[in-house]
Amino acid sequence: ASTLALLETTADGKLDPSSLNLLQAAKLLNNPITALLVGPNASKGAQNLKDSVKCEELSKIAIVKDESLAHYLPENISPLLVELLKDDTFSHFVISSSSTGKNILPRLAALINNQPICDIIKIEGPNKFIRPIYAGNALATIETAQEKKLLSVRASAFDSIEEGKSEDVEIVEIPFTNKDNVPIKWLSANLTKTGRPDLGSAKTIVSGGRAFKDKESFEKYLTPLADVLNAGIGATRAAVDNGLCDNSLQIGQTGKIVAPNLYIAVGLSGAVQHLAGMKDSGTIVAINNDPDAPIFKTATFGLEGDALDIVPELTEKIKATQK
Amino acid sequence: MSSKLKILVPVKRVLDHQIKPLVNAAHDGVQTQGCKFSINPFDDIAIEEALRIKTHRPQDVESTHAISIGVDKCQDILRNCLAKGIDGVSLVETNESLEPLAIAKLLAHHVKQQNYNVVLMGKQAIDDDSNNTGQMLAALLKWPQATNACKVEFNDSMTSCKVTREIDGGEETLEAKLPLVITTDLRLNQPRYVGLSKLMKVKRVKIPKLSITKDFPQVDTTNKLNVLSVDEPQTKSPGIMLKNVDELVSKLKDAKLI
Repeated sequence: ASTLALLETTADGKLDPSSLNLLQAAKLLNNPITALLVGPNASKGAQNLKDSVKCEELSKIAIVKDESLAHYLPENISPLLVELLKDDTFSHFVISSSSTGKNILPRLAALINNQPICDIIKIEGPNKFIRPIYAGNALATIETAQEKKLLSVRASAFDSIEEGKSEDVEIVEIPFTNKDNVPIKWLSANLTKTGRPDLGSAKTIVSGGRAFKDKESFEKYLTPLADVLNAGIGATRAAVDNGLCDNSLQIGQTGKIVAPNLYIAVGLSGAVQHLAGMKDSGTIVAINNDPDAPIFKTATFGLEGDALDIVPELTEKIKATQK
Repeated sequence: MSSKLKILVPVKRVLDHQIKPLVNAAHDGVQTQGCKFSINPFDDIAIEEALRIKTHRPQDVESTHAISIGVDKCQDILRNCLAKGIDGVSLVETNESLEPLAIAKLLAHHVKQQNYNVVLMGKQAIDDDSNNTGQMLAALLKWPQATNACKVEFNDSMTSCKVTREIDGGEETLEAKLPLVITTDLRLNQPRYVGLSKLMKVKRVKIPKLSITKDFPQVDTTNKLNVLSVDEPQTKSPGIMLKNVDELVSKLKDAKLI
């Protein structure tokens, strides 16, 4: 038995943070791991992997440099994965349940008549996994007797792999010939640049809801607090829909799923859909002027009051402790 | 060469999104007795998009059709689709809880038989949260896929489509030749409400039914996963209400979080 893990890299050849959690999950499967990196930056990513990660289970790094694999189009990557998985020694295939992983895994699975297990949060054994359903209101324990276990992994449920080096791992380049030629092309991307820690890997997140009336006040109050905490900034769907911030900040059932050490929920009520995205955070602080807001039921610490008064005071007092 | 769109919208009947799901006594699912069921919200967005395409370019749309695979009561959501203006509906009746792969196989068979060239569907169902079926259907049909769409623009001749999709860090735009599977995200549109008078008009419409054994005899719908149990997530101990910011700062400091 062995595991094939598709690791995502960013456009500049760095490992995507979710890949580091994915590798940790792969490690827990207790099989030798072949890491697969694809696209024009694959060699750079492979070198980064060797230089930054300590993983004894990592037995090989496979790279496929083909230009058509840039942007992770599932139409192009799936046939490659089908070829690689013909190798009988691969018992598991893992991918992060990022927007890329969610796009690729089901397509691959259907091509090999397999039902994947998506967004797993716990590995109970080689054939047994736990995944959330109903927006995390229930957890399903799932077993499969399929020959190959295809899994997507919720990054926030696993630690990041240990830092260090994996010097002895060999890098093998694989040619990519068997293309399907599905008529789709990638035109452009519009990525939000925040200069802040990525929500998926931030240790602290400050998140805002409808208590803020407009974009200006959302930024005026939350940015300084996030700055003193070196935190990522998140938001509820309501905040996004009201134009308070960009939709890439949305945390919830259909947005990002996060689990930082500290989550500060400011002026948000705690709708079920939002809780689904953050309730596994270590310590949750809720600041809200409505004592009946459901967020207080999920919070570790609650503070009732006007966010517009509390946030500046909190920011200043945290700053004072740092001196 | 130009072509007309023949749009299929698969829709799923799910526990209404406003109901908080509770694990049932048998620990094999959630409580459903007496609960309200509705169309999966993302599928509703797909229905809305199909209707808008038809309204904006009536001469370029041959037909819109909604299909559901599930229990007899799925008729309710299909009737709702008719009331909103979808041209036709059908129900593949089954009491089995089928996995996404099985659903995708049934849909692929139906798409080939009826020659649809666009499938619009929700990106995920809010019950099992799998986010599988659209991608699987595209794979089985060997069509391109544009998932998590927040903007859909067909070209003048209805031969290709530009789709902007939501991804982790923002958005990306793809261009695909038809036929195509598109899955819908929240911001694509705001689904319309359907008035009582329109619902009354379709109240007695007979919904055409298909049977898996008779109409899809060659499709293998065996489930491949075994759900061992469904459990409540661990609940945390109730939180502490603090009096002021100083208390909060000292708690966070004690926990070494700041």
